[in-house]
Amino acid sequence: MNDLSHAEVDFTDYKSDVSPVWCPGCGDYAVLSAITKALAELALPRENVALISGIGCSSRIAAYTSVYGFHGIHGRALPIAQGLKLARPDTTVLCAGGDGDGFSIGGNHFMHACRRNLDITYIVMDNAVYGMTKGQASPTSAADWTHSKLTPEGPGVPPFQPLDIALAAGASHVVRCFSGKVQALTKAIAEAIQHPGFSFIQVISPCVTYRPEMRDLKHVVHESFTEPCTDRREARRRLIDDDGFSLGTLFKSVEPSYKPVHQNTKTAAELERQFAL
Amino acid sequence: MDHHVLSLAMTGSGGAGVMTVGQILVDAAARAGWYGLMRRSLGPQIRGGESAALMRFGHRPILSHGDSFDLLLAYDWGNIARFAAELPLRPDSVVLFDPDAGDVPEVIERTDARCVAAPLSAMAKTMKGVRANMVGLGLVASALGLSPEDLTEEMTKALGDKGEEVLANSLAGLKMGAELAADLPAGVFPHAGRPTLSATPRWSITGNEAAGLGALRGGVRFVAAYPITPSTEILEWLAPNLAEVGGQLVQVEDELASVNMLVGASFGGIPALTATSGPGLSLMLEGLGLSVAAEVPLTLIDVQRGGPSTGIPTKSEQSDFNIAVYGMHGDAPHIVCAPTSIPDCLSTVQWAVASAEAAQCPAIVLSDQYMGQSRAIVDAPAAGGPVANRRIAAPEAGSTYKRYALTNDGVSPMSVPGVKGGEYTADGLAHSERGTPSTQASDHQSQLDKRERKLDALDCDANWAEIEGDGPIAVVAFGSLTEAAREAVDRANGDARLIGVRVILPLQPELMAEALEGVSKVLVVEQNHSAQFAHFLKGHYALPATVESLNRPGPLPIRPVEILAAVTAMKGDAR
Repeated sequence: MNDLSHAEVDFTDYKSDVSPVWCPGCGDYAVLSAITKALAELALPRENVALISGIGCSSRIAAYTSVYGFHGIHGRALPIAQGLKLARPDTTVLCAGGDGDGFSIGGNHFMHACRRNLDITYIVMDNAVYGMTKGQASPTSAADWTHSKLTPEGPGVPPFQPLDIALAAGASHVVRCFSGKVQALTKAIAEAIQHPGFSFIQVISPCVTYRPEMRDLKHVVHESFTEPCTDRREARRRLIDDDGFSLGTLFKSVEPSYKPVHQNTKTAAELERQFAL
Repeated sequence: MDHHVLSLAMTGSGGAGVMTVGQILVDAAARAGWYGLMRRSLGPQIRGGESAALMRFGHRPILSHGDSFDLLLAYDWGNIARFAAELPLRPDSVVLFDPDAGDVPEVIERTDARCVAAPLSAMAKTMKGVRANMVGLGLVASALGLSPEDLTEEMTKALGDKGEEVLANSLAGLKMGAELAADLPAGVFPHAGRPTLSATPRWSITGNEAAGLGALRGGVRFVAAYPITPSTEILEWLAPNLAEVGGQLVQVEDELASVNMLVGASFGGIPALTATSGPGLSLMLEGLGLSVAAEVPLTLIDVQRGGPSTGIPTKSEQSDFNIAVYGMHGDAPHIVCAPTSIPDCLSTVQWAVASAEAAQCPAIVLSDQYMGQSRAIVDAPAAGGPVANRRIAAPEAGSTYKRYALTNDGVSPMSVPGVKGGEYTADGLAHSERGTPSTQASDHQSQLDKRERKLDALDCDANWAEIEGDGPIAVVAFGSLTEAAREAVDRANGDARLIGVRVILPLQPELMAEALEGVSKVLVVEQNHSAQFAHFLKGHYALPATVESLNRPGPLPIRPVEILAAVTAMKGDAR
């Protein structure tokens, strides 16, 4: 696969010439940078990589890279990514999007993608807000977040817990990163790509437009998942004390992936004989 | 009564084994040289409940359900009021009923059919282990000239793993039935002569199996699906058979996942298909729109059932016509086609797969419960047929690959992962030739034009419609009513002609004009409440001034005699 030596690969080769629609200061720029740096670090040929995304600010990321991409429809990035991976297991498949795309409209696919444990890296840029539709509460917004005209009293429900759900549903590599720490994020993405199974990376990625208070998160996040758990029960116990800002690899274990049966032993003409009288 | 055609129905509630017995009869009749079909009418129960095997046999190929039944065998009368309307009888029809199951219900008596007691259970009880369903099978098989020996092989196949004692008892039951047939008063029982065995190889196949085979022949190698009645048999047939040819079927969490997984697999270059029914089609519409906009081919088979909402899951209707044609938001050119018979499910699905791949867009195949779950004995379909052949890009080094290049025929060579220099981002957003998101009026206009051009260029001539006869009244039908319409046209003494439309979209104005030459009136026949197909035809085609509809919702299929009556009325009408 690696037909280029490490030294020759420049991460800018993985960026396209399309200008992002993102606001200045958006955390997603750092995620784009980390993805391209991880691809460069692994020296993956561009034609063998595909980045699949849904709809939302962060989902625009597919068109900003120079690998194969698919900017699909809201909430369905994971099914497209899994269809591609099943049909073309030779392709390195990354999937990316936001918290609304992945945990709300696409929440069902998130659970089942974790269960199937296909070799896909899923990066969710979590800013706890719907930015593209101008600032509504997302599944990860706090119940008392009152800054949206749509829910002036706050969304009124406790936030979705991405790491808990991923663990419970069967993801085999579960990580939390912060967009403000690009080096750690790059390393995490590279590790996730190399992990044989479904890797989920929650990236806390501030929306400086609709959640300006997120600018201060750099003082809030902390490296707490220092060594990854290899035991799922232990990882769950670790989450009991999680404040939502613990960074690092929570869980990593090589587990079986869903595998279709490919026999390829007969032709259509042979199969047709079953109908003959 | 035409002695070369026999229609018969068997009814019975849970445990009577009507479907098993019907299957054995069809298989044995097939081996003896009969052609024919068996439809299924099932109640809503998960197991048991009322069921009816609705059969029609002929010496020559026969694919229409006909007007009424010559013979009805009732093992019992469980819930008969719920489906008696599906069993039209004439005064010269014969109803054989088991007196132990109670009196003939009023709904049957009203038909004036001749009711004859056949003591199936009483005879079965004379020997330990004999079941009434086998006595009944032996009885009705006589009408097709089949002896208990003719049934043994198929019965053994059906009961194979149940042991020798069960087989011996079943054979004894068949013999009792044959004796019962011989003892019936003269003239009661229709005895159709056995056909001469055709030299042409024949198949026994259901519409759903044929659809699955069409997918496989067309080159489909990826299926993602969610089970739904009455399409599930397509998936159950494909699961093992697709694996045999190196493909795969994935059962997924919902229909949203299934259509989008197809998009992913097809983006990867692998021809992909799913099968569903109305509720699933509703859920898949957004994904189909993505297939249109991103130009990623896929095929969807909709085995229609009664709607809206959950509707009547086990019974047939043609009411998804509008959603298949108009369901997507935006301007979304795509392919819609409908098999014209049970065996035609094979060739129409195969054509749909090849056409979707050629035009890089979605194709919807409108089958229905009637065709999907019916078994037919037919001449073996011709081998071969069209195979998926996508135009794949070979990007040149140093030049920028334009995934959505504006070509003359609208089809842009498609790159797939693994092709160096062909990297691009597929997009559901309006985009430029390169695929870059664009809100420019000119990009939107030119890409919409291009998508329409692709379908204009699609070659539909050989598959557009089934046309028969040259009478001045055109009977226009689609799907499972095509064969009923054909039978009516055959009986109309030159007054009518059949136009059984197979390719619904893209429109074929020239072919329609040609088919309508010399036509003064049009009768549109369809199985839905609001005449969806007729409105479509009136809206998109130049038709004569007189266009009438013969339509009703499911589950009662429109019968040839009704179509013939409508043709006759139109002929007499001076308008």
